[in-house]
Amino acid sequence: MSDNYAIELSGVARRFGHRWVLRGLDEKVRAGEAVALVGRNGSGKTTLLRILSTTLRPQRGTAKIFGYDVAKQSDEVREHVGLLGHNAGLYDDLTAFENLEFAQRMFGNEPTPNPIHEALERVGLKDHTNERARGFSSGMRRRLSLARVLLRRPKLLLLDEPFASFDVEGIERVYEIVREVVAAGGSAFIATHDLARAQPVIDRVVRIEDGKLHQVSQANQHEYAEALRVIDGGA
Amino acid sequence: MKTWLANYPVRPRWLRILGWSVFAFFVATQAIAWKISPPDRDMGHLEKILYVHVPGAWVSFVAFTCVFVASIMYLITRDIKHDLFAASAAEIGTVLTGMTLGLGSIWGRPTWGVWWTWDPRILTYTVLLLIFISYLALRSFVDDEDRRARWSAAVGIIGFLDVPIVYMSVKWWRTLHQMQSTPSTIAREYIIGMDLNAFAFLFIFLYFVIARYRAARVMHAVESRREDAALGVGEAMHV
Amino acid sequence: MGRETRRILAIALKDLTAERRTKANFNGVLFFAVLILLMFGFALGPDADALRDASAGVLWLTVLFGGVLAFNRSYEMELENGALDALLMYPGDRKSIYLGKLIANLAFVLLVEVLLVPMAVVLYNLPVNPRMAPVLLVLLLGTIGFVTLGTFYAAMASRVRAREVLLPLLLFPVLVPLLVAAVQATRAIMTGDVMGDSHAWFKLLVVYDVIFLVASYFAFEYVIEE
Repeated sequence: MSDNYAIELSGVARRFGHRWVLRGLDEKVRAGEAVALVGRNGSGKTTLLRILSTTLRPQRGTAKIFGYDVAKQSDEVREHVGLLGHNAGLYDDLTAFENLEFAQRMFGNEPTPNPIHEALERVGLKDHTNERARGFSSGMRRRLSLARVLLRRPKLLLLDEPFASFDVEGIERVYEIVREVVAAGGSAFIATHDLARAQPVIDRVVRIEDGKLHQVSQANQHEYAEALRVIDGGA
Repeated sequence: MKTWLANYPVRPRWLRILGWSVFAFFVATQAIAWKISPPDRDMGHLEKILYVHVPGAWVSFVAFTCVFVASIMYLITRDIKHDLFAASAAEIGTVLTGMTLGLGSIWGRPTWGVWWTWDPRILTYTVLLLIFISYLALRSFVDDEDRRARWSAAVGIIGFLDVPIVYMSVKWWRTLHQMQSTPSTIAREYIIGMDLNAFAFLFIFLYFVIARYRAARVMHAVESRREDAALGVGEAMHV
Repeated sequence: MGRETRRILAIALKDLTAERRTKANFNGVLFFAVLILLMFGFALGPDADALRDASAGVLWLTVLFGGVLAFNRSYEMELENGALDALLMYPGDRKSIYLGKLIANLAFVLLVEVLLVPMAVVLYNLPVNPRMAPVLLVLLLGTIGFVTLGTFYAAMASRVRAREVLLPLLLFPVLVPLLVAAVQATRAIMTGDVMGDSHAWFKLLVVYDVIFLVASYFAFEYVIEE
């Protein structure tokens, strides 16, 4: 049954202007899997994540999240998906606490302070609870958006370059959240060009190149990680 | 294997025949109108402009209705051809509306002594032109095809809803202030001329919209073909 | 409290809180509006009677020009930091985003008007007595219609280049009936409403508000998506 698949891609294609970024992607990610999506900068990783999070529609093909079509049943899809994205998606003039409180309300819940304080503590932002996000460094913003994910663990967690602009502590938190999501029966899909850092939490790797997906075997992963690192000049 | 594109020439023979027939019909109706209507007592031969101006006005409302219906169809089906049709109708409609306003102004100068007046019909019509223009302006700013279609459809629908309200509001406004009224009773001899020309203009409009629409679909199909080539899909395309 | 209601109020509250913190936008819009009021005075005056006659129209045009600034700004805060994407990703009805922003924009514009109208009364020497109370109702109804469409069109205009031009271009033609009705109703009331003209204009305003609120509400999700 397709319900067992967290992600099902079938011929997904998307262009921007005249350039075809995704050219017919086929892939299945099972519930309970953590998969890394590797590829060079500009290879379409973010575009694919945006399609999975219903922000963009595929122009060809279909994408399904736990059996729900991202184009036709986007409401259901959004109930199950969370994204830790490139942009933090925060409001500069609200405090860290207020940003998270807003998120709680937007998830449809009565705002309760304890989970917010816990989340802020976990990501190491407790001391900045009542500071406005405007003054935050990019690392702090990333951690705040991680805290938002902690407030409501989604069944499918999408991560877009989670290891960039995070220090060692932050990366540990990312590992924790991925493991928690998977342990609860969900899945994680991590787009990154830093395969080495993704290794500790993933089950397998797919590569995106020229708009198409390829499996990367265990044996090849190490060389591939190295190759990516050299080409992209480091993480 | 014949592709759809090969079977869809931009100017097929039936369209060219249609174009010439429409033109001939228009010339005929204009001639008839000119012949059967004597020079107006007040306006002289100037009233001949009305045979272009009035039908033009009627048909521009038809154009806007086409935009409205096509916009709704697009939002329901998400088939790009409805958006292409709406855009074609809007383009032709804008030209028609601008021309009608211009002709009206030209007619108005000798008749009332002014180039412009704050008459409800003129004002409604001007607002119609502005909505058309803003529709086209919006389209020119958006590159993404899907977004452009969705946004145009929304703007087209809301704009269409506005037109009758504009007319009502400006009509009341005018009544309150007892403005100079346009001659609204037309003698019977002229009516036949008007009706005939209304049809002539309708056909002209339809011809241009069909021609424009076909051109738009072909352009879109060429893009689709490029898409399929890039994707490595070679079969017959759908547009 | 229903889930969607909570989300609508969350968005409205978030917009107003952010606004209250910076104040830059409110002050900017208010100052701009006062400036326009003065400029109209310079252009149309100095005859006090002429100014009084024109005052209703001037006031509404001032609100329109000032409001346009406010609407684009309301979406700008979503565009920085990719907040709009995050907003679209929350579960639930996207129409709630529209209602939330509508409420926030309405509060914003009404607040500007609360400060602007007394200023207009002073500058244009307008009569003030209890019979003028219905003018406040005209102001409210007109502002609702204005903010309804402004919030809708700004969702598009704020995301393309030349947004300062595109928003008025899209918005103003459609606002013509509202402008005419609001100005005429105000003038009728200010001159004693001898013919009871204002009733027809009130009806038009209500009809206008209802039609476009419903239309925008349903059309919004088609334009807010990426």
